[in-house]
Amino acid sequence: MALHFELVSPEKLVFSGSVEQVDVPGLEGDFGVLEDHAPMVATLRPGILTVHLSDGAQRIVVLGGFAEVSEKGLTVVADLADSVEDFDKSLLATHIGEIEQKIQKTEPGSELDKLVTRLDHFREVDRHLTGTAMH
Amino acid sequence: MASLKDMRVRIAATKATQKITKAMQMVAASKLRRAQAAAEAARPYAERMEVVLRNIAAGAAGSDTAPKLLAGTGKNEVHLLVVATGERGLAGAFNSAIVRLAREHVAKLQSEGKEVKIMTVGRKGYEQLRRLYEKQIVERTDLRSVRTIGYANASDIASKVIDMFNRGEFDVATLFYSRFKSVIAQIPTAQQIIPPKFEGEAPQGPVAAYEYEPEEEEILAELLPRYVATQVFRALLENNASFYGAQMSAMDNATRNAGEMIRKQTLQYNRTRQAMITKELIEIISGAEAL
Repeated sequence: MALHFELVSPEKLVFSGSVEQVDVPGLEGDFGVLEDHAPMVATLRPGILTVHLSDGAQRIVVLGGFAEVSEKGLTVVADLADSVEDFDKSLLATHIGEIEQKIQKTEPGSELDKLVTRLDHFREVDRHLTGTAMH
Repeated sequence: MASLKDMRVRIAATKATQKITKAMQMVAASKLRRAQAAAEAARPYAERMEVVLRNIAAGAAGSDTAPKLLAGTGKNEVHLLVVATGERGLAGAFNSAIVRLAREHVAKLQSEGKEVKIMTVGRKGYEQLRRLYEKQIVERTDLRSVRTIGYANASDIASKVIDMFNRGEFDVATLFYSRFKSVIAQIPTAQQIIPPKFEGEAPQGPVAAYEYEPEEEEILAELLPRYVATQVFRALLENNASFYGAQMSAMDNATRNAGEMIRKQTLQYNRTRQAMITKELIEIISGAEAL
């Protein structure tokens, strides 16, 4: 119970406190952060961040941002962060719609690749959320 | 001299004005509370962002590959001033204080022979700056229709700024806004955002050697535009809180002035009324004595 974790979004400080472990959706794959992790900086992809507390886990939807691990702990600076229950799913649909439109207009190239990856990320979040809602 | 009826009408008009200013004061007070809460809620994000960027920047500063947004273009010729003001007036010196600061800045830069470009955010700043610097204003953003300022508004403005920077249209960008200190104190502030200039002391001790995932350059390329957007967002929120603070105290003053005017006018009205009564009495008495 020693990792200090802070999650901030532009609108507010979403989470601040000591936790066991945090699973962060990194751009190049998920990674877990425990106490005394080596200092690192990573970009996030839209995904689900899991906070492991001593009495269970909390799942939070984050839409892009950064994670910084230093000796002080883990700081996640997210563009948007909402717990899975509070998350507005219509937002996801708008994002997906927007990206799909952009893909239509974009010429093949690295820009298109980026958009397609981004779309995949959003779709995955969507699948995940609808999946949990069903059971 | 004005007749009694005229005076009554004038007192009624002053009272009506006082009611309006009182109502505006109360509206500003309640909006201030929300604006202040929003500004305070956004602070942790901006602060953490600054810490993260600062740590990374300390590592990247020396290298030649540091992105231009961080290191600057190496020139100091063309300045972009982003002037954020309110959309409405009736807030004391709020808008003009920001504009004045920007104007001083422009004068200073021009005397040094630099080129100045201006981007206004908010209607009032545009109207005031247009008179002097019509040609320098390259872009204006109106937030009139925006009910609550969101991160999206700020990131729109930031992306405009960054696009201009990438096209090489300016070397240094400075943001002007009013920092909210308290209801009675709002401080017009100029903050350099490109290249970023950090306030206060550099982080203490040796900077941790970070591992980067993905590469450092890629992270910086993502982080820097976001940093600009965050600073703009913070400026907008601080401005919003400052605006209502300024409006509240301006309307408080106006209400008090109106009260004072009503008191004076009522006194004059009563005096005049009594003088007339006395005059009539004297006329009646002297008429009776003449008989």
